[in-house]
Amino acid sequence: MKQKKLEEREAAKRKKARNREYSFVSWFFVLIFVSLIGYVVYFNAVKSEDFINSPYNTRQDTFSDRVVRGTIQSSDGQVLAQTNVYEDGTEERVYPYENIFAHVVGYDSNGKSGLESEANFQLLTSNQFFLDQMKNEFRGSKNMGDTVVSTLNASLQATAYNALGDRRGAVVAIEPSTGKILVEVSKPDFDPNTIAENWDWLVSDENNSSLLNRATNGAYPPGSTFKVIMALDYFRSKGSFEGYSYLCQGSITLDEHTISCYNGTVHGQEDFYSAFASSCNCAFADMGSNIGAESMRRTAEELLFNKKLPLPSYKKSSFTLEKDSPVPLIMQTAIGQGNTLVSPMHMALITSAIANGGVLMKPYLIDQVKSSDGEVIKTTEPEVYKKLMTTNEANLLGKLMKKVVESGTASALSGRGYTAAGKTGSAEFDENGSSHSWFIGYSNVDNPDLAVAVIVENGGTGSQAAVPIAGEIFDAYHFN
Amino acid sequence: MINVIVELSKYVILTLMVVYTFHCFYMVKKQDEEEKNDALRQQLMLIFFMDFTAFLVIYLKTNNFEVIIFYIEMMVFFAAIQILYRLFYKKASLLLLNNMCMLLSIGFVMLARLDLETATKQLLIAAGGSAIALVIPVMIRKMKFLRRLTWVYAGIGILLLGAVLVLAKTSYGAKLSLMGIQPSEVIKLTFVFFMASILSGMLTFRKVVLATIIAALHVGILVLSRDLGSAVIFFAAYLIMIYVATKKVAYLGLGIAGGSVASVIAYQLFGHVRQRVSAWKDPMAVYQNEGYQIVQSLFAIGTGGWFGMGLCQGSPEKIPVVKNDFIFSAICEEMGGIFAICLILVCMSFFLMIVNIAIQIKNPFYKLIALGLGTEYAFQVFLTIGGATKFIPLTGVTLPLVSYGGSSVMSTILMLAIIQGLYILREDEDEEIERHRKEAAKRAFEAEEARRARGC
Repeated sequence: MKQKKLEEREAAKRKKARNREYSFVSWFFVLIFVSLIGYVVYFNAVKSEDFINSPYNTRQDTFSDRVVRGTIQSSDGQVLAQTNVYEDGTEERVYPYENIFAHVVGYDSNGKSGLESEANFQLLTSNQFFLDQMKNEFRGSKNMGDTVVSTLNASLQATAYNALGDRRGAVVAIEPSTGKILVEVSKPDFDPNTIAENWDWLVSDENNSSLLNRATNGAYPPGSTFKVIMALDYFRSKGSFEGYSYLCQGSITLDEHTISCYNGTVHGQEDFYSAFASSCNCAFADMGSNIGAESMRRTAEELLFNKKLPLPSYKKSSFTLEKDSPVPLIMQTAIGQGNTLVSPMHMALITSAIANGGVLMKPYLIDQVKSSDGEVIKTTEPEVYKKLMTTNEANLLGKLMKKVVESGTASALSGRGYTAAGKTGSAEFDENGSSHSWFIGYSNVDNPDLAVAVIVENGGTGSQAAVPIAGEIFDAYHFN
Repeated sequence: MINVIVELSKYVILTLMVVYTFHCFYMVKKQDEEEKNDALRQQLMLIFFMDFTAFLVIYLKTNNFEVIIFYIEMMVFFAAIQILYRLFYKKASLLLLNNMCMLLSIGFVMLARLDLETATKQLLIAAGGSAIALVIPVMIRKMKFLRRLTWVYAGIGILLLGAVLVLAKTSYGAKLSLMGIQPSEVIKLTFVFFMASILSGMLTFRKVVLATIIAALHVGILVLSRDLGSAVIFFAAYLIMIYVATKKVAYLGLGIAGGSVASVIAYQLFGHVRQRVSAWKDPMAVYQNEGYQIVQSLFAIGTGGWFGMGLCQGSPEKIPVVKNDFIFSAICEEMGGIFAICLILVCMSFFLMIVNIAIQIKNPFYKLIALGLGTEYAFQVFLTIGGATKFIPLTGVTLPLVSYGGSSVMSTILMLAIIQGLYILREDEDEEIERHRKEAAKRAFEAEEARRARGC
């Protein structure tokens, strides 16, 4: 008996040896199948949202047969977009704020844009209480889509909108510690309530291009706001701002190319702080020619020039200097002219990173998704996107920008009951010297609470047009 | 009201599928015949109820009476093969048969929902295929000379594939079919027979080299026809069979290294390979062009989520060639991610059963055939599902038995019949051994008796 068992075991062993390769092959394929399943799980759990929310995805539109498009609210509880259902079952999308949120909330006919596009899936998904859903199904009526609560602040947006007046330009305001976008204004604008009627005209009107969201998709020369990036680059190559000195004579000529300070002002003997605060072109042009194109490019790209931005729709900023770029172009680029182009949103992101100790939080517009009954379905958690610079570098840039408000080109912002830091810019865009007016900055420097970027097209110097608008926003934010 | 039924049906179908999948794996452990038969019967019931629910929903949503006719035809077909197998091949693997019915069912449901006409065509081909397949197990048993036809298999393969390369018209960027038939699907079978027959006798280095040359010819012609999916499947079958036959891991390593070099060269040489890779890396960036298909597929899978939109509730028709290469995405969209995972598990159990049969067979020729066919099956499932989910670059192959495709369904049914034939042979082998043992015992007993009688 024992003998037999032993023999059997031996036989089994031999069989196993004979089939070792077979079990290896089956294990190999089991591994493949399991990784396939793993990937399907991963895709559904993590990746699918990116695809569902893509504006190319038109699948959700079939949802609208069964769901009434949800409401978009501001963070302060105002209705930004709403679908009214009439007795006869017809629906109408209404935007109570008309032009004020035109680009950022967007439209839902003739295609989709803004939040209407970004949150399309949520707006057309109903998380109504399931018994109510059942009731609706039986009655043959539609379920109510989810409510999207945006990070936008309606009163702050209105302040920025009114401050910009009938000038062209854009305003962006971000909470640096979270990445919440509080304000996103672009002008010229349009009324999303009447977009269908005015569509042909809006599309053909290239003079105004009112449909373009200048905040995220505008491309402007950065002007002197680029000196912030130059300052960072200088610090990175020299290790300190101390010991810098430059004698400004009102203009500088290198390789037969002359650059002058604004209005030909002679700033005289300067240290880094005063050169930055008075936005001395000569000092920065000289600095650029010393540091060189490669280093500038590296720093610019670390601040996301030529790179993707964490936004659903945007225009990539471009920085074109290369190793063998000519000195005049380097000088121009160093003072924010040259070929560099940037969107107001990108400048706001850089500013908010400086205000947040160098860390760029991922900017976002959708704060919460709620069911139509008010139950919270999903809350967006603030998320670090990238550390753009060290905390020390951010603090030092902050110090430079504070001087600009205390004693430089943005002194209009001082003495208002809160502290502020920033940088002005005037970006020339034609031969006559007309310029766009820029301001980037943040308030409450010890614990920054709001970072803004303002551009007014053809608005002159930064102090003339952009700084007062930033002032109104800061005032409204702190005193209302 | 109908929406409520559709909504509920989602969960019913999913539950049935989950239970079925569980059975697939649990059954293997069961030793008791009675219990096994019970489980097999339950599986049939599960398939029956799943089809019933699914077709009810499709009928309610489309209001097309032809759906019901199709459903009845389909039921007759399933009943017929289940009964015929039980009549003629008592020893066939009924679990394998059930799995075939399940996979065909899922395919029929999706096809009937997408386009009833293709579903009807598919049913016709499946029925025809099954009729032919019915004689295959007998053929395998009787035709012992199959093993000696080495060069016939090689000749047929290269000639037919060559004919496709020279004569076929290009569709979807590849040359695939002659007169509506895709020869590569049938060559998959002959190729495995060739490999098994050359590798199953005395193994010499010369034979390995010959096998490699013939395999390279097959794969090369397929690459030139731009049928990348088939090329990769043939290569995988070649590699695995060489490895198992020689028991040398070195060949596996060498093959993988060679395959990698070949892929890099193909990437440099062929624009369509580069397109596939760029569509895989960032499909959104090339959405307007080569990325379109895969992005649509991912929209479908993502929108479906875990539980799916419900039958007839999504828009899978937005995916190009959804009925063939992207049927998995359509399943994900309407029946949900969990159902899709179960489907992968059913495919996996299908493969494991084939390997299990290979392990139990003693004849090395049959053993290698079972393994080769199993490898082709598993790899094809991996390519099509991996491609549709963007796990790997797209190669454009069908999901066997589920996707629409006459040649594909036909060749898979034939493949299964071959494996059933091998399975029956194995049972024969077992019986033979059993009989031998009994006879030996009997002889021993008689000898003992005789000795005792003499001793008395």
